[in-house]
Amino acid sequence: MTAEARLPTRQLIQPDLPAFDASALDAELRAAIADLLLTMADDEFVIGFRDSEWTGVAPMLEEDVAFSSIAQDEIGHARLLYEMRAALTGEEADRLAFHRQPAEYKHARLLDQPRQGWAFTIARRWLYDTADSVRLAALAHSSFAPLAEVVAKIRREERYHLMHLDAWLERLSSHSGMPRDETAKALEGLEQVALSVFAPLPGEDMLVAAGVLSAPMIELAGRWKSEANARLGALELPTVTGTEPRTDGRDHQEPDESFIWLWNEFTSVARLEEGAAW
Amino acid sequence: MVAAAISLRPLESAVWAALQDVHDPEIPTISVVDLGVVRTVETGEGSIRVELLPTFVGCPAIEVMRSSIEQRLAEFADDVRVEISFAEPWTSERITQRGREALRSAGFAPPAVRSRDLVVLPIAECPFCGSRNTTLENAFGPTLCRAIHHCADCRQPFEQFKDV
Repeated sequence: MTAEARLPTRQLIQPDLPAFDASALDAELRAAIADLLLTMADDEFVIGFRDSEWTGVAPMLEEDVAFSSIAQDEIGHARLLYEMRAALTGEEADRLAFHRQPAEYKHARLLDQPRQGWAFTIARRWLYDTADSVRLAALAHSSFAPLAEVVAKIRREERYHLMHLDAWLERLSSHSGMPRDETAKALEGLEQVALSVFAPLPGEDMLVAAGVLSAPMIELAGRWKSEANARLGALELPTVTGTEPRTDGRDHQEPDESFIWLWNEFTSVARLEEGAAW
Repeated sequence: MVAAAISLRPLESAVWAALQDVHDPEIPTISVVDLGVVRTVETGEGSIRVELLPTFVGCPAIEVMRSSIEQRLAEFADDVRVEISFAEPWTSERITQRGREALRSAGFAPPAVRSRDLVVLPIAECPFCGSRNTTLENAFGPTLCRAIHHCADCRQPFEQFKDV
């Protein structure tokens, strides 16, 4: 039996995606949508695994529960987005999630660093969540109906994450000394990579022209920056000063050491037994 | 053919009634119908198609519900298809009045009745004493769909089915 024949065939959720004929889409547009879905899925997958590292060791029991729950949401979103991509490309969601090499992942570089302390976790997650929310808003009326539908659902869940992270950011910023200093330091350190969520995508012009995405990434980056900075400024925290997202914001040709560590963790079961189902 | 179409109606009602026997594995007092996760039931000759809306995208219970529904409906048709759909988002407004009562009797506050905007209002009525003098302790509870509150009057912590 070849390895291919033993691929996992059972998915926990097989969303019966709204009827659309993938083959009716122009091949280039289909590829561009598939690329967009992969960046979103990888973002949610990587941050979900980062969040799960707090299970059992968060600063308080409530946060163990909260971060575990948020992680479960994000992995759920990732799974659905991988399934959607798979429906377009004929790939398998499990293979996308667990059987690529580290250099093949397309998550934003913002998510590369290890979780570090609580203040770093909150600062990074707040940056990601607010950026993700701008991206989701730009897909809410997507002409690609299956995406608009799942985005409507995902946004209803993400607002809980936003509310939670924003409350933490405010709480940390209002305690002078270590909580505030560590948060400010984390934000300063992340300033260069924060915009990577909006790294330009191949085929982006086509996505915008077809109404799949409402605006180019650079425009979304500007929108996010002004929203985020208004809030950070009000909390007297360091603002994001980067001007535009770097084109290599999702490039992992030389994967970050911390991501390789995480990749080893999240692929460990899949590598242990080819075809394992869980 | 027309006659056949008419005779399918009783089957559809029987299916909806049977679905009342299938419960949410995470909150066994509420049926999948009262939880509002069943979007449509379509019956054909020897076939039934049920469309489910997950409460949360990552809900691990949906797969259990799917197989429980398939088992429950096996007596009605050979071909039972249960499909997961995101054609419209499941919202807490889909919980029926009977479902809200079932939640309350199991010690869960039902989601707050609210307008359709996306503002999160931490309002919950204590399922034990009925007080609204309650506070949100954690928006994240033991499952994705549950939040934790505390009642300042009867001093009980309680869970609420989250407002989505």
